Parts: sequence; C-alpha cells; structure tokens
Amino acid sequence: MAEETRTQPTRQPHSWGMAIDLDRCTGCEACVVACHSENNIPTAGPEQAALGRAKHWLTVDRYYEGAFPDIKVKYRPVMCQHCEEAPCEPVCPVYATYHNDEGLNVQVYNRCVGTRYCANNCPYTVRHFNWFEAKWEAPLDMQLNPDVSIREAGVMEKCSFCIQRIHRGKIAAKEEEREVQDGDIQTACAQSCPAEAMVFGDLSDPESKVSKLAGSSRAGLLLEELGAKPKVFYLERAK
Amino acid sequence: MTSDAVREALMRPLWRISRPWLAAVLVCLTMVGAALYAWSVQLSQGMGVTGLRRPNYWGLYIVNFVFWVGISHAGTLISAILRLTDAGWRRPVTRVAEAITLFSLMIAGIFPILHLGRESLFYWIIPLPNDRLLWPNFRSPLFWDMMAITTYVAASALFLYLPMIPDFAMLAERSTGFKSRVYRALSLGWIGDDRQWHALERAMKIFAGVILAIAISVHSVVAFDFSMGIAPMWHSTIFAPYFVAGAIFSGIAALILVMAGLRRALRLDAFLRWKHFNNLGKLLLTMCVVWLYFTASEYLTAWYGNEHAEMAVFNKKISGEYAPWFWTMVACNFFVPFILIGVERLRNVTTLCISSLGVLLGMWIERFLIVVPTLETPHLAAASGLYYPSWVELTITAGTFAAMVLLYLLFSKLVPIIAVWEYEHDPLG
Repeated sequence: MAEETRTQPTRQPHSWGMAIDLDRCTGCEACVVACHSENNIPTAGPEQAALGRAKHWLTVDRYYEGAFPDIKVKYRPVMCQHCEEAPCEPVCPVYATYHNDEGLNVQVYNRCVGTRYCANNCPYTVRHFNWFEAKWEAPLDMQLNPDVSIREAGVMEKCSFCIQRIHRGKIAAKEEEREVQDGDIQTACAQSCPAEAMVFGDLSDPESKVSKLAGSSRAGLLLEELGAKPKVFYLERAK
Repeated sequence: MTSDAVREALMRPLWRISRPWLAAVLVCLTMVGAALYAWSVQLSQGMGVTGLRRPNYWGLYIVNFVFWVGISHAGTLISAILRLTDAGWRRPVTRVAEAITLFSLMIAGIFPILHLGRESLFYWIIPLPNDRLLWPNFRSPLFWDMMAITTYVAASALFLYLPMIPDFAMLAERSTGFKSRVYRALSLGWIGDDRQWHALERAMKIFAGVILAIAISVHSVVAFDFSMGIAPMWHSTIFAPYFVAGAIFSGIAALILVMAGLRRALRLDAFLRWKHFNNLGKLLLTMCVVWLYFTASEYLTAWYGNEHAEMAVFNKKISGEYAPWFWTMVACNFFVPFILIGVERLRNVTTLCISSLGVLLGMWIERFLIVVPTLETPHLAAASGLYYPSWVELTITAGTFAAMVLLYLLFSKLVPIIAVWEYEHDPLG
C-alpha cells in the first residue's frame, strides 16, 4: 500500500509586513477602533487621556499643511513597525522583547518587568505601558477577545500584527493540509479599513499583495534613515 | 592637642544624644515615612500615580538615580585619588567621603527597583540559575548597570569598613557590655602591631586603585543607559566622560556641605580646618571649569550639526520651555562657583557652602534636563508630550534626601566621623 503523502504545512519562513496607502487613508480611525476591540485594549477615560495615558496600539497621526482656507490634512496610521533591526530589542534587560523567526517583534508579557527602556528607544514611540490594571465598564467587559491575554499593570504592550490571527490562520491551513494563502490572515486594522488602505501579508512571498505594493514606486519607509529596517511600507504620491 | 584630647573630641558624639540630633532624626523619619507611604500608593495602584506618560517613560526616579550615583563619587575622589597621590590633607576627610559614597549608592540603588512596573521581579535582571533556563539580556545597558552598581556597593562598603577596623578596636576598649562585644566583633581581632598596620595600608592602596576603576566604569555604564539608545540628544559619545566628570563635581560639592555641617554640629573646627576646605574648594573650581568645557562641547556640537530631531530638543532646552532651567543650571554650575571660589577674596567656608549648594542644585537640574526634554520630543513629533512629576515622585525624592541625612545622623553616633588613627598619623595634615 502506498503511503499517503502529506503536503507540507505552512511555508517557512514567513516575513509578515504591511503596506499602508496614505493616498487612500481618510483618517476615519476605524482601524484604531478595530484594534482596540480585537486586542482587549481598554479606553483610558477622559482624565487619564488628559494626562497622556491614552493607549492606542495604532494611532492615526494628523499632519496639517498650510493655513485656512487652503489647509490640507495628511493622515498616517502608525503602529509597531516590527523592525528587522529593532532598537527596542537589545535594550530590554530581561529579553521580554525579541525577534521571532517570522519577522515579528514579539512582546512577552509574562517576562516584562517594566523598565520601559524599550519604549524610550523606539523611534516611532509605538510602545505602551500599563499604568494601571485594565478595567472595562460593563457591558464592555463582555466583548473581550478570548484569544488575547489581558496585560497586568506594569508591563509593556504594542501592536503584535494580530499574532493571534496569524496563529489561527496557520492552524487552519495546517488542518486543511495546505499552505497559508495570501489574504487568509488579516490584521484587525486591515480588515476594518473601508478604503482598503491597509494590506497585511507575507513579504517573503513575492506574489502576495503586500509584496507587490511594497515594490511600488510610491512605497517608502518611515524614519528610514535611522536604519531600523521597519516592515510597514507607506505608499504616497511623491510631491 | 594631646592624643587623649583628640580621641575624646572625636568620640564624644558617640556617647551622647543631643536634642538637636533627635529633632533632626525625627524630621528625617517623618519625611522618609511620607516617602514610604507614597511608595505604597504606587505599589497598590500602579505606576499611573506618577506623572509618567507616553512618551515620557522615564522621569524623576531616573533623574534621582543618576544624581545619587553621581554623588557617590565623593568618596572615590577623596579617598581613592588622594590616597593614590598621597595627599596628606585628605586624612580627616576620608571617612566622611567614604560614608557619603556608600549611603548615596544605597539610595541610588533603590530607584532602579522603584521605577519598575513589576518591582517584585527585579531579580530577573540578575543572572541567577533558574528552572526555566532564562538568562537576562547581557546586551542591555540596564544589565551592565546592575553589575556595575552591585560591584560598586560591595567595594565601597569594604572600602569604608577596612579603615574603620582600628577605630572599632579602640571603641571596643572604651565601651562596655553589648556595645563592646559588637565593636570587638567588628574589629576582627585588631591589635595594632606593625604587621597589621602594614597590611591595612597595603590593602587600602590596592583598594584605592580598584575602586577608582570601578567608579569610572559605574558612571560610564549609567551614562550608557542614555547614550547607547537612539533618542535625540541622548545618542552622544560624550556622555560617559561627561557623567564621570559631573559625578566628581557633584561629589566634591556634597562633601564640602557635609564637612561644613559636621564641623558645625560636632565642633570639629580643630580637625576640619580651612586648609581642607580651601583645597576642596580649589578642586570644585577645577571641576566647574571642566563641567563647562564638556557642556559647551556637547551643545556646540549639537547646534552646529543641526540634525532635525536633535535641534527640537536643543531648542527646547536653550530657548524654549526649559530655558529657565537650563540657564539656572549654567549659573549654578559655573558662574556662582567660578566667582565665589575663583576670586580669592570671596573664598571662605560660607561662600564654599553656597557654591556647593548651587552645584548640587545645578547638577540635579542637569540630570533632569538630560532625561526629560529628550523624551518629550521623540523622533516622531506627533508623539510629543509634556512631563509633570506627581506628588508621589516628589515625596519620594524629598524622602530620599531625608534618608541620606538620616543615614549620616545614625552613622555619626556609631563610628567616629574622623578616623582617629588617620588623624593621629598626620595631625598637621
């Protein structure tokens, strides 16, 4: 009897990245809301927000150009860039943040002791700290995502490229004995963008949508001169 | 003075408790108590009770940490450097200085733990073998910090203890009961023969060299916490020598103040004479010029380079929100000491104390200006934010200054503040 051959499970390595089209972004911040609900990020409340403690793993930065009435606003969604040479990684004294073999900069909540050095060394300021225990006012406490852990007070957190969705996608592909296809895994932000400005995918697959966008002439990197080798490509019309 | 009169004068504080001493201890205990309360609030509610926020993830605790590590160089300078150069005038000053070093390090060491999000897990930074086979990250400057500071604390404790041995033996003879037994144990069987004196002198000489190297490495490592990162105006090659020089500077200032205070409180005018203050004053003057040189070098380079992110921080300090702080720092660290000490007619113990107080204030502001403006103005301008310390941080800061005074008050009752044997070695020194 011939042995059944199994197809290889998910293709290794992946190199997860994103492409964000700034010419499509309308600044609606649906991505921010989606990120909050997917990743169990509590709202800070008005007093804490006034103290600068608003926690958004993904912020949509607004840049104003010109003066009224010729004012223009540009929107740039910024999240953890999962830099290939992340400045946050070497400085953590307990190895709570490191680069995994799929190109993600992972934050290990259980290991973090909260020195906050990583946050200081991130040039994109995308890392956040849990100043207090997380609290949700009823009934918001009933909409938490069971795939994502609740971080305790005193640990750092940041965008994880929805690693829980990546895992789910890989497990599903493995169960179906196929490889992960481009578009199987979508981060919450990319999924919720009404303008389809955000694309998530595997940069090591040259046929993926994100790879094609990253190769476009409109693609550039934020703070590229610092050499952190971020993996979020921003597309905008050159001036 | 006869030998007996010397011993009597130096050991008198140990036998009586005066009312001003008690009052000072009570005030200090109250402030330390308030600081402990503030700490408990932080432990129970979370770091959110501080003024920290995005992007200011480090604040007053780190400022204090660097400040106190800086003060710790008092002992290293006086004890170590002056021992190695055989400067005789150092003798009445060494123990005062070494005590400052140890106490300020003990206080400095609190802050890296205090500022952690999960303080009870601080020991994960120490390379202890564990079931999970997890080591700390040896590449992190904070790990180097932990190694350097623990080494420095251990070395300073020994450096303070060794020359106390002959005095402990003397105290054992002059006290009775439980006190005598404790002093006897601490004196490690000292009988004061030639062999033991030679051993002690040799040990101190070796130790002086070792502790000098450790002290320089410690403050360089603390500087690396900032300069190894890429935050604007932190990533500067001058930080390591700048911090070491600044530490020696603030250490001398602290020493002058403590000496003046002890001289007044314990009536040590015969021992701590103008010669000592004058020499320390001249050292302070030298360091104030060195400080100016390093500071000018740092800021001139930043300004000429005109790098975008650095200039945002630079302008904030020189002409923006932090300008009043910056120029106060320059006045306190340079102009005040330069004039009050440089002009010989103006130089006396009072003006030296004013200069020293100014330098301590100026150096604290300098640490503040290193930590805060950089973090407020990150590379991505959209993430900027202002930092205001909260009552928790301010109370703890005040409490640590009180703790320093308290440690000194207690120390002065347990050990003669001037090493009797060092003084007798060279009474005219």
